[in-house]
Amino acid sequence: MSALTDDTLPVTPRAMRDEMMVFAAMAVLLGLVPTTGIYPFFVMQALCFALLACAFNLLIGYGGLLSFGHAMFLGTAGYCSAHALKVWGLSPELGILVGVAGAAALSVITGFISIRRQGIYFSMITLALSQLLYFIYLQAPFTHGEDGIQGIPQGHLFGIFNLAQPTVLYYVVLAGFLGGFLLIYRTINSPFGEVLKAIRENEPRAISLGYKTDQYKLLAFILSGTIAGFAGSLKVFVAQNASLTDVHWTMSGEIVLMTLVGGLGTVFGPVVGAFVIIAMQQYLAGFGQWVTVIQGVIFVACVLTFRRGIIGEIAHYFRRSL
Amino acid sequence: MQALYAQLLVGLINGSFYALLSLGLAVIFGMLNIINFAHGALYMMGAFCAYFLLHLTGIGYWWALIIAPIVVGIFGMILERTMLQWLAGLDHLYGLLLTFGIALIVQGVFQNYFGSSGLPYAIPDYPEIGGFRGLQGGMNLGFMFLPVYRGWVVVFSLVVCIATWFLIEKTRLGAYLRAATENPTLVRAFGINVPRMITLTYGLGVGLAALAGVLSAPINQVRPLMGADLIIVVFAVVVIGGMGSIMGSIITGFALGVIEGLTKYFYPEASNTVVFVLMVLVLLVKPTGLTGRAA
Amino acid sequence: MKHRISSLVLGTALALAAGNAVAQDKTVKIGVLTDNSGLYSDLGGAGSTLAAQMAVEDSGLAAKGWKIDIVSADHQNKPDIATTIARQWIDVEKVDIFMDVLNSGVALAVNNLVKEKNSVMINTGAATSDLTNAQCSPNTIHWVYDTYMLANSTGQALVKAGGDTWYFLTADYAFGHALERDTTAVVVKSGGKVIGGVKHPLNSSDFSSFLLQAQASKAKIIGMANAGGDTTNTIKQASEFGIVAGGQKLAGLLLFITDVHSLGLKVAQGLNFTETFYWDLNDGTRAFSKRFSERTKNKAMPSMVQAGVYSGLVHYFKTLDAMGGNPHDGVKVVAKMKELPTDDALFGKGTIRADGRKIHPAYLFEVKKPSESKGPWDYYKLIGTTPGEQAFRPLSESACPLVKK
Repeated sequence: MSALTDDTLPVTPRAMRDEMMVFAAMAVLLGLVPTTGIYPFFVMQALCFALLACAFNLLIGYGGLLSFGHAMFLGTAGYCSAHALKVWGLSPELGILVGVAGAAALSVITGFISIRRQGIYFSMITLALSQLLYFIYLQAPFTHGEDGIQGIPQGHLFGIFNLAQPTVLYYVVLAGFLGGFLLIYRTINSPFGEVLKAIRENEPRAISLGYKTDQYKLLAFILSGTIAGFAGSLKVFVAQNASLTDVHWTMSGEIVLMTLVGGLGTVFGPVVGAFVIIAMQQYLAGFGQWVTVIQGVIFVACVLTFRRGIIGEIAHYFRRSL
Repeated sequence: MQALYAQLLVGLINGSFYALLSLGLAVIFGMLNIINFAHGALYMMGAFCAYFLLHLTGIGYWWALIIAPIVVGIFGMILERTMLQWLAGLDHLYGLLLTFGIALIVQGVFQNYFGSSGLPYAIPDYPEIGGFRGLQGGMNLGFMFLPVYRGWVVVFSLVVCIATWFLIEKTRLGAYLRAATENPTLVRAFGINVPRMITLTYGLGVGLAALAGVLSAPINQVRPLMGADLIIVVFAVVVIGGMGSIMGSIITGFALGVIEGLTKYFYPEASNTVVFVLMVLVLLVKPTGLTGRAA
Repeated sequence: MKHRISSLVLGTALALAAGNAVAQDKTVKIGVLTDNSGLYSDLGGAGSTLAAQMAVEDSGLAAKGWKIDIVSADHQNKPDIATTIARQWIDVEKVDIFMDVLNSGVALAVNNLVKEKNSVMINTGAATSDLTNAQCSPNTIHWVYDTYMLANSTGQALVKAGGDTWYFLTADYAFGHALERDTTAVVVKSGGKVIGGVKHPLNSSDFSSFLLQAQASKAKIIGMANAGGDTTNTIKQASEFGIVAGGQKLAGLLLFITDVHSLGLKVAQGLNFTETFYWDLNDGTRAFSKRFSERTKNKAMPSMVQAGVYSGLVHYFKTLDAMGGNPHDGVKVVAKMKELPTDDALFGKGTIRADGRKIHPAYLFEVKKPSESKGPWDYYKLIGTTPGEQAFRPLSESACPLVKK
């Protein structure tokens, strides 16, 4: 079985330097967005999904685990934060904390169940678990079923930053995104990340080397779910609602698509993929159901001809790791 | 108590669909080692095929039972030849992603042209045998009013399931199939065209899905998304049963239908989650599934 | 210094000019935010946009120097996407009014945004009665129907006609619970009795076991507190299990002509439910519907949601015309709309209440037998009318802060 990703390039100091430069460029560019007149809500939404896709990528790209239910973390954190902000009236920072804690707790439980199987079974199990959760949220009174939680107050972060101001909100979301991104980047390049890659390449060998692979996989799952939850909590402030859409399997599919388009197992791929897909949804909104068809076509095209994704192809061309 | 019998019977009817679909998945998985995410979409195509046959050409239900699986099966074989085949040797997850994409395309296209609210398909009213007009009407079993069509679904899918099992486990063709799964190179050395067998197997699995679609057309509205949610339940069924054996997937399918039926009676609020909860329980106790081998 | 003064003067002049322009501003942008592709696309969708176009054409405002544009988008039934589009429409495209906005979740989300941005929404598609109750807003008018009215009209009329024992099939989420609760209240108040019920999961494909339980209950009326595909599947399978043939009656609490069309009369016959518009009510509705159906892809008759878009815009244009220009101020426009009485060919004469509820009669229909139907879309028999004042939630029960008590 050949691995799902083929970044066999070793992590060298040069590669690290490249990546840090790209990261700096990305941070500066994103920081300049409010001055360009680009519609900030679009970018904020894309940033939330970019972080989500990065979290997903941590599992698939570095752990070899294709989760088809990552929307459950997005949605769970969203509901928890929304409930904390609206019903309990907590401050934004505490609201985010509640959401992230909810997603973390969920990822412990679901991770424990799903890492018992590998490969395709893992995907099917995560999908089934997220569907289970979807039905639970549909019936639970606090989510308000199909109506969702609406009109969530944005409040003042740390009592200082007024999140109702688009520019302030933008920089808060951007900071959250960059922080989450760096955390994932740090994880990939840590000894923990190296073990994960070893498991992905050859699990029996990793076991024979004495690694308790299940524990590593579970840890990666929890980390990924928690960061995905963080993205979900941020999204609550942007969208000001929490709805069933975020827990539905189509959302999980979109997360997979974003990462696939950008490049599985690349550092920056998920970010690019998220922007591409969100932009596509925006500009093609008038085409109705054709958006689904186009997404399907992209799926098929990526798998058949373009398996490295945008960033993966670029990196491959320049023989760099990105 | 009477109501309980009725619910058991009703559960068996739903189990028929689970069994047919998970059987198709298992057949495909056994040969191609991929999980066919497009299964739900192809099930839907089967139902639409029956609809078109009736409304465009006037061909009725009985012929649709034969024609629709063949048409959709051929469509499946074209998919396999033009796309899936190129994934040989790659990680199996790519097969999952590819078929997911195909499912999105198929469902999206149908939704564009036929909306979402669904199209009607009547229960066949011919031939007339005794007091019955085709499969319409029902009979009083004492403990319940059983629509004839529902009874037909159970009997017919049982027959199809057992025939498929027989084909794969007991015939020469099935022996080739199983051998090719174990060791394709060796089988090829015996002069058997393995790629063609793979294509035919995929066609068979897809045909089973389409057959289930035709069977469900008179019960449910023919809708573009009729298979989208169903397939996730069937995935859970497959995880519970494991995909090791053909018979295993048939029995699990029927059994889960019955369990779901009982839940609808005793605690209806949980009837759409019970299969998933069972999946979790099975995973905790026996991760390989009830009949499965280690993946 | 001199430079600064001149720019100041120029600025004042510009501001004055702009002030004048506001008074005479005769541009309007209408945003039809609907489901173009999903479950409800037959109900609203392209038909809603067409209804909006017809309203613009019929208004005759273009001849009076008005410039009216229509934009439309698919919210895909996702509150997220809907708010993103709506925000962009208000901020970038300068949309003045939101039409249709079906799907309750989407409607409530857009309702908040429209209030925050002081825009206008005439909601013709969403069912939730919260829009004019706890969540009411000075920027929103709820035009066609709501859950309270449906429960009220259907429940009352059926009990009166002898259907005094009820059994509920309820979709197990907030919407279904609300419908069941409201209908139960009406049934009990009218002297009927609810003898049981079962909650089924949303988007079930199989209703047989629930129907068996309903059948065993021997209730005269089986109330379906669900919507969309759930309702149509219930009806279809009920006919399979011989429920209507066995003497029980099915009552739909949220059902549209498009559902009847998709089910076919053979299956749907004998169903009772409430709508506020039917194409074959009178000469006015027939004339409009004929024009409408000639311009649709599959010659469909308008649904009440689409008719509501037309009717709502007729009133909106009348209001703008009376104001002499578009002030681009949602609260102001809506307040004026509430002042003026409504009158159009589709919904007749009516009013808009302080809570934003549009008042008009509700009609209880029964679906015809195939033998009674004269052709396609000839589906309903009118069996009862509830006057507008009695159909909707009385203001005395309202939790809307806009209502002065």
